[in-house]
Amino acid sequence: MSGGPFLSIQGLGKTFADRPAVADLTLEVGRGEVLALLGPSGSGKTTTLRLLAGFETPDTGRIVVAGEDVTDVRPEARRFGMVFQHYALFPHLDVGANVAFGLAFRGDVQARRVAEVLAMVDLAGYERRAVGELSGGQQQRVALARSLAPEPRVLLLDEPLSNLDPSLRERTRKELRRAITRVGITTVFVTHEQEEAFDLGDRVAVLHAGRLEQVGTPDDLYDAPATPFVARFIGRVNVLPGERAGGAPGSVALVRPEALRFTGDASAPFAGTVTERRFVGDRAYFVVEAADGTSFEVLAPHGAAVVGDTVRAVVENVLFREQGAR
Amino acid sequence: MSAGRRGRGSVAAALLVAVLAWVVLYPLLIVAADALRGDVLAVVRSRAEWLALWDSVWIAIASVALAAAIGVPLAFLFERFDFPGRGVLGALMALPAVLPPLVGVIAFLFLYGESGFVARAVMAVFGLREAPWRLQGAGAILLVHAYSMYVYFYLFTRAGLARLDESMLEAAASLGAGRWRTIRRVTLPLLRPVLAGAALLTFMTALASFSAPYLFGGSFRVLTTQIVATKLNGDLPTAMVETLALTVVALAGYAFLRLGEGRGLLVAVGKGTAPRPRRIASAALRRLTAAAGWGLAALLLLPHLTLLLVSLVPDGTWTTQALPPRYTLANFAALVTEAERLRPLLNSLWMAAVATAAAVAAALLAGHLVVRLRARLARPIEWLLTLPWVVPGTVLAIGLATTFGVTRPLAGRFVLVGTALILPLAYFVRSLPLTGRAVLAGYRQLDPALEEAAQSLGAGRWKRLWRVTVPVLRPALAAGGGLAFVTALGDFVTSVLLYTYDTRPISIEILSSLRLEQVGAAAAFGVVLMAVSAAALGVGARVGGTR
Repeated sequence: MSGGPFLSIQGLGKTFADRPAVADLTLEVGRGEVLALLGPSGSGKTTTLRLLAGFETPDTGRIVVAGEDVTDVRPEARRFGMVFQHYALFPHLDVGANVAFGLAFRGDVQARRVAEVLAMVDLAGYERRAVGELSGGQQQRVALARSLAPEPRVLLLDEPLSNLDPSLRERTRKELRRAITRVGITTVFVTHEQEEAFDLGDRVAVLHAGRLEQVGTPDDLYDAPATPFVARFIGRVNVLPGERAGGAPGSVALVRPEALRFTGDASAPFAGTVTERRFVGDRAYFVVEAADGTSFEVLAPHGAAVVGDTVRAVVENVLFREQGAR
Repeated sequence: MSAGRRGRGSVAAALLVAVLAWVVLYPLLIVAADALRGDVLAVVRSRAEWLALWDSVWIAIASVALAAAIGVPLAFLFERFDFPGRGVLGALMALPAVLPPLVGVIAFLFLYGESGFVARAVMAVFGLREAPWRLQGAGAILLVHAYSMYVYFYLFTRAGLARLDESMLEAAASLGAGRWRTIRRVTLPLLRPVLAGAALLTFMTALASFSAPYLFGGSFRVLTTQIVATKLNGDLPTAMVETLALTVVALAGYAFLRLGEGRGLLVAVGKGTAPRPRRIASAALRRLTAAAGWGLAALLLLPHLTLLLVSLVPDGTWTTQALPPRYTLANFAALVTEAERLRPLLNSLWMAAVATAAAVAAALLAGHLVVRLRARLARPIEWLLTLPWVVPGTVLAIGLATTFGVTRPLAGRFVLVGTALILPLAYFVRSLPLTGRAVLAGYRQLDPALEEAAQSLGAGRWKRLWRVTVPVLRPALAAGGGLAFVTALGDFVTSVLLYTYDTRPISIEILSSLRLEQVGAAAAFGVVLMAVSAAALGVGARVGGTR
């Protein structure tokens, strides 16, 4: 984060019908930074985005942008651009009219701005096209151009890639990244896909049940999860009995598959039969089923074992320890 | 949703409910109060009253049975079988829908009445001196009802069949069910919501039917005509009790038939593709079906053609001949050149336009409050929008005439009867269910993100309404507005009770032309009404269809 926070969320809370959707959320986003809101469904990430856009009014807390408190500013006066999950392009207007919708000026100035923004998303000359004729990826870029045209202070994206074909996602993600960087706009986007959050976000805020679990760079989240939820949610993790991983009896240890190592040592604490092997490059995930019916995953060189082998493993690094049952 | 917006929404919802309750519910309550204040027992003991009630009910039930008997098989024929001309004929089968009720009735009069074309032809062929039949009584009413109402069953059933999942029929067949067993055990049960919907529409329309009993009933009285006759005789207390009775029957019928609709079974399971129409195998049968189809289409078109033909006959030139001897455009010229003829036309046009515009605006507000803001008063709003459809037009007119026939400002009653306002008000009330249903349905399909997108792009409330909501809802607005306009333009049932000479609408002018034996003029008005209706519905469909 450079130059202090540009967008600041302070103690934000919102309750729907007695169920808190967002509780005491505090976050800061630097100018030009891209922040991902990551969480499972029902974690409050979409509510947070809608609170930022002004479509919902918070019960508690403040939203400050560039030193201005916008908590009570209506969405139409807030100057936050939003790209909706299903794009929400106006079906009765062509591409040009959609992009021009938010522009205050008319005539040549407007036409120039529309052309400029369309060029920015690689859709130069698409002004007179009907939005229904466009592909999903093109619609998404029109939606992006439309929200950027009035030069908003903050860009909000709701699940920007979820509506696209999987085959299109990676390319669109790159294009999106490029467009955001080119404009240099402060961006908050919502996603439930880790890969998307890590790839697009400078920092990622993990939300769970309406609360902020941790905010940090993808590396922080993976290597040093602040809570058991983050440890379980980010990447793959094994939940193992704590006393066999050097912990107190009755506790559990969260261990990444790559932190387990196969060993010939007969005293190694974890043993079982390999029931499954899934290749990832030169390594493979081995699913090992223990005699008591529990199972764990080990990431090891693909030739380390074959299905049916009896194997033993030791824990090299515990990510997180917690009390209580697995 | 901000607290401020929700607060303003509550105020708007309360205002809308107040206005709707004032013009829709309040008149009905006043009728009920007046009825119960009078000598209810005397009316209840009267045999004639019970007879009218019974006639209303059995005519409505018989109309449902007849309409289903014609409409359902036709729908199966056109949806399931392929034969030459299927597309065109299938559309022509909906022809009766473009005839406003009164126009349809006078067309039948000119066609099948004592001095109509068919009677004259029979007399000419058999050398008779008098017409062999009289178009009167229950039979005549049922004939008109069957002609105009089978369309509901036809259109509903076709739509239902088109949504049916073919794999379900194939499943039945693979389980060993024959064609009839599949229809009886699978197709018809799946169509139940659709059939119940058509039955509801037919029952309510037949119960509220006024034009046919009024012109063909003679001494055969149903409640709607009985009410008008009693009121014209000046026996207001009895008219109130009769109006209350008709209201109760309508509400009971509505409640009973809504139960039959059940859940939207068809929608819930209908995911696959509908069966494609099967080509009729035998060439002879195929040609026969096509010929029968064209014959039926001709039969359905006869009333329209009759109207057109009669409208070209100058007054007094057609006496005993089987076919009129002379044809001119004099009747149409008179509509434009004679101020007294032009006036009803202009009256109907402006009154229908004003009422439709107001009903569309009310429906838009209701849609915003009910669907978008989920106002606490959503249910009452929807209810008040539906009520004028459940309650027959005669009842609405009596209610308005009673409520707005006296001035009691504290009770919210002002004299509107006899002013230019009363008919637009009545048309407005009758239009509410038509625009309300269409706009609410449209609003429910409208992605809320569109309005939010406009908002985040800086559009205020009015810009959002005019630049996004109204354009996107255009199909629903056009469909509801078109239907409302056509209904108001052809309205007879409320007009006959509320019109003043200066604001008399087309339907009243048609009636007085008939009384003066100016059949050509009456038919010309009918043709204009039919043409404007077809145009309004067509424009509605076109506007709704693009994009």
